Amino acid sequence: MLKFALAGNPNSGKTTLFNALTGSTAHVGNWPGVTVDKREGVYKKLNVPVSIVDLPGIYSLSPYTPEEVISRNFLLEEKPDCVINIVDATNLERNLYLTTQILEIDVPVVIALNMMDAVKKRGDKLDAKKLEERTGVPVAEISALKEEGIRELMERAYRAAQQKREGKTVLEETKLAHLIGDVKIALEGKKVENPLFHAVKLTEGDELEVKAHPEELKTVQAFKERCADVGSDYEALVADARYRYITAHFSSALVRSPRAKKQDRSDRADRVLTHRIWGIPLFLLILFSLFHLTFGEDFLYLNAIFGFAKDVEDSGYAVLTGNDTLNAFVAVFYSTAGISTPGAILFNLMGFACDQAGGAIAAGLESAGAYAWAQGLVNDGIWAGLSGVLSFVPQILFLFLLISVLEDSGYMARVAFILDRAFRRFGLSGRAFIPMIMGFGCSVPAAINTRTLADEKERIMTNRVIPFFTCGAKAPILAAVCGAIASVYTGVNADLLVFALYVFGMAMAVVSVAIMRQTSMRGEVAPFIMELPSYHLPQFRSLMVHLWDKLKHYIKKAFTIIVASAIVIWFLSSFDWSWKMTDISQSILYDIGSFVQWICTPMGFGLQLGEYGWVFVVAAVTGLIAKENVIATFYVLVPAIGAVLPGWDDGENGIGAVVALMQGTGITWQALIAFTVFNMLTIPCFAAAATVRAETPKGKFRYTLAFWMLTSFVTASAVYLVLSWWWTVFVAAAILAIFVAWCVLRNRRPCRAQKTGKNSCARE
Amino acid sequence: MEKRLNELKAGESGEVLRIEGEGQIRRRIFDMGVTPGAKILLRKLAPLGDPIEVTVRGYELTLRKSEAACVVMLIKK
Repeated sequence: MLKFALAGNPNSGKTTLFNALTGSTAHVGNWPGVTVDKREGVYKKLNVPVSIVDLPGIYSLSPYTPEEVISRNFLLEEKPDCVINIVDATNLERNLYLTTQILEIDVPVVIALNMMDAVKKRGDKLDAKKLEERTGVPVAEISALKEEGIRELMERAYRAAQQKREGKTVLEETKLAHLIGDVKIALEGKKVENPLFHAVKLTEGDELEVKAHPEELKTVQAFKERCADVGSDYEALVADARYRYITAHFSSALVRSPRAKKQDRSDRADRVLTHRIWGIPLFLLILFSLFHLTFGEDFLYLNAIFGFAKDVEDSGYAVLTGNDTLNAFVAVFYSTAGISTPGAILFNLMGFACDQAGGAIAAGLESAGAYAWAQGLVNDGIWAGLSGVLSFVPQILFLFLLISVLEDSGYMARVAFILDRAFRRFGLSGRAFIPMIMGFGCSVPAAINTRTLADEKERIMTNRVIPFFTCGAKAPILAAVCGAIASVYTGVNADLLVFALYVFGMAMAVVSVAIMRQTSMRGEVAPFIMELPSYHLPQFRSLMVHLWDKLKHYIKKAFTIIVASAIVIWFLSSFDWSWKMTDISQSILYDIGSFVQWICTPMGFGLQLGEYGWVFVVAAVTGLIAKENVIATFYVLVPAIGAVLPGWDDGENGIGAVVALMQGTGITWQALIAFTVFNMLTIPCFAAAATVRAETPKGKFRYTLAFWMLTSFVTASAVYLVLSWWWTVFVAAAILAIFVAWCVLRNRRPCRAQKTGKNSCARE
Repeated sequence: MEKRLNELKAGESGEVLRIEGEGQIRRRIFDMGVTPGAKILLRKLAPLGDPIEVTVRGYELTLRKSEAACVVMLIKK
């Protein structure tokens, strides 16, 4: 099968084109570095099927970060039949810089001028014919987003792939042409493939080439000595020559419209969002509205301000219709707390649906006369576990939608820009914040995205703290715990509490990085050079694609891992050591739980909770498999305990289950918060842990595991102590303040040292 | 007048004369289109005063002042 590779600058639309060509739903976003691994699909609309490979974006063929190495190696070693070089037509010069390098490889190339719709909209003119003449390869105008010109592009690529093409360089008219020619001949003699490409890169002094061809390097050095008049900085000479050639020969193909100078919408948006004073407060506000809209029960705090939602008697419903089911339905949108936010509505709706479905299933089994164990398995095992996860899915998807909007709009890159300075104090570059924000969705893609970080230490640290950015699977724990606390104690806002916990996780990430920078990961902060893409309105279709992917992922997880775990928990809690069905007080789980319960005493959910306090330990342990399991375990165990102990509430939904636990075990709100913190900071789920392991260097994972366990245990204990006995806050604050001050002072020194270091040139 | 990129004020612009420093960062600066002859406009500073945002070759680039210090510019009055 023919193989075409998609290569181009980051954020030039490779993945959008890939999706359009292959009908895939790969993740796209409006920031550089979304794709970090190659990905294959098939284009079927030509006479023969063609394999399409989507490569991570690169600015040049001299790699800088690990994911860029993937692209270079693919182009050189895997010998695609044709390279489709995607060029962002709105950013022609810099994109063509890569093109001049790709043209040096002995491979058929087709240039796809993407975003032609944006160029036309601006009133600019781009002469594709001219570009075609000057590059010597076919040029096709496309709009990957609108799927225009794609058919023609593929036909031209197909024709180009039929013929061999020899590499050509734009450096022929420079003083280095002779040298490059000599090295090329030497490499040809050795039967090196792509001799021209390697010759140019060796002349540039590319690190990989210098290692691979030590003999030819001598030729370069000899030339340097002989022709001192050319200059000795060949790296600069080559880069300069490429851009000079581009400005001289290609740039004339683009005629800018006179009105293009006018400030466009993107500029205006940027003025506000990265404002000197308002930039950071706005970022925090945006983050807060994200969580308010998802978890809040009082939309825009209208009720807190105007106080219109009055408690109607003791029914718990804000509106009484005279019909219980109808009451419950109205309560989906409107509760005693006020008008529900979109996220809360989704949660309530799904909870309502789950209740109805659960009731129907139970009634169905009852009337069918199923065995008691079968009823238990389905009602208290499978369904309890499933509904525990499913009831949160729409709400979490809504949070995802909001994060996707941020990603698609181009704001993510600005966040890195705004926060770089603050982050540097603690030893990270602003770039590292992008994978961290992705961690709010799921730690797995976030950990993979750390490949865009150039510095190895920064990559390790980022991988370690990504789980502290509460992911979609941990969100239900926060929602359930905070919701329960808010419903038991008046005057507590669930969404404020959730937001505080999210912020706490972020703060812990920053603090942990600072600690690592002072201990095991000393070194300079990685440089920060990044493209800021134009803002654009999020595409409805790509948002839906994101959501659909997430939904599939959740459903798959719910019906496999979660159901399996719930069945195991149900089994252990319903059978005794001689495999006889019994109630929970005789069960296997009771013995195991009681045996390990003491470990959690410093965190407030150990021995002080009495007989059934081990529920929390068990939940936390099942959370190691998948974090959704924590709530699913509550769902399974609460009714089981309720069956033995009088006075336990059944807990109809996630929040209810936690309320029941509060009343049943007497766990304090302080301990509940500590429990949540423990789950946020401890070893993430299997999938995330395995990904982190794969993305960090060998031998480091042991330390990473130890780091997670230690951090979660110590922090959760501290949280419990401080919240329970307020005066301990002074002790904790003093320790923290001393530590942070020490970090800031120590980090200043490397910053200053860096200015005189090899990579910088500030005047003394 | 010669100035370094980190010394420019918001709204000031100039032409790149040369890039100092060495190693991968310098290479990256070249790759991003900051080469001798390129025109650069300093658009703004980040809220905390660093990094800076510049327009070069028709797109927006952000880099730290410590990296921008490697870029020597010619400012025309």
